[in-house]
Amino acid sequence: MTAPAPLYSDDELQRYARHIVLREIGGPGQARLKRANVLVIGAGGLGAPVLMYLAAAGVGRITVVDDDMVSVSNLQRQVIHAQDRIGMPKVESARIAVAGINPFVTLTPVAERLDAARAAVLVPGRDLVIDATDDLQTRHMLNAACVAAGVPLLSGAISQWEGQMTLYDPARSAPCLACLFPVIPPAELLPTCAAAGVMGALPGIVGSMMAAEAIKELTGAGRSLRGRLVIQDVLWGENREIAVSRRDGCPVCGHIHGTAA
Amino acid sequence: MQSIDILYFAWLRERIDQPRERIETAAATVADLVAELAARDARHAAAFADPTAIRVALDQSLADFAAPLTGVREVAFFPPMTGG
Repeated sequence: MTAPAPLYSDDELQRYARHIVLREIGGPGQARLKRANVLVIGAGGLGAPVLMYLAAAGVGRITVVDDDMVSVSNLQRQVIHAQDRIGMPKVESARIAVAGINPFVTLTPVAERLDAARAAVLVPGRDLVIDATDDLQTRHMLNAACVAAGVPLLSGAISQWEGQMTLYDPARSAPCLACLFPVIPPAELLPTCAAAGVMGALPGIVGSMMAAEAIKELTGAGRSLRGRLVIQDVLWGENREIAVSRRDGCPVCGHIHGTAA
Repeated sequence: MQSIDILYFAWLRERIDQPRERIETAAATVADLVAELAARDARHAAAFADPTAIRVALDQSLADFAAPLTGVREVAFFPPMTGG
């Protein structure tokens, strides 16, 4: 009989010491992070802090999907990328950055545009999916895949000086994206970061909040964002929390019988 | 008449060029209030030109445009954001 291998090496125990002393995380919470399996869609502005903080926190398995390449105009805010990686696939640049932060996490890069067929393969079995994409069609498609698989979807979005964030999870009584935003507005009302601009630190603020919510969700710490939409307006210093609920007859999640969160 | 704080987010705030305003209104429902706001000036008209995707929260709780404003102190209008 040999003793089972310890969960952590000495390096990892030191690395995660500031988490392990937190009452809300502790050794059991840190072990949950190590065993966690998370899918992140988008390695851009929001994906950058999400990936860096989840990797630093020791989330064991992270898959990141993005078909874009690093460009010089990304570097004003997408701090996971670097000058010497311009032209490289963003997921590969992210893999290099994450390997430099924490060699004990496994980051799987998927250099593809997410479509419904790939989502149906990539989403099931995850502990959490994180939406850091930049278009509403992809967001709704990802939402449908998460509803179908019963996987909670932590979603953040930004524009110019503002961000929105919530946790969609109809299987646990929170709304899905189609409950909250059933109508996709016309394209002229949805300027991209390229057309409308975005203040560089904004994705750092919103993406770091998303990383914190992900760590809470994976460890069971605190109060989750289920049923709560947070809006941050950095320009005017307004922030609001809005109570949101499932919508009767939602075509995406209406058939799901949720349990208490 | 009642006094209500109106909050605008995302493209609404950009078009109206202010994050909030306090108004006196006799509007009975959110839809009435939207019609009243849209008639104020060109900026408000542009903001509410296509309200189909706009969501509303009454006193920080999601509602719909048919909801009554009786006793409501704060109305927040917010559209979906998409950037990442």
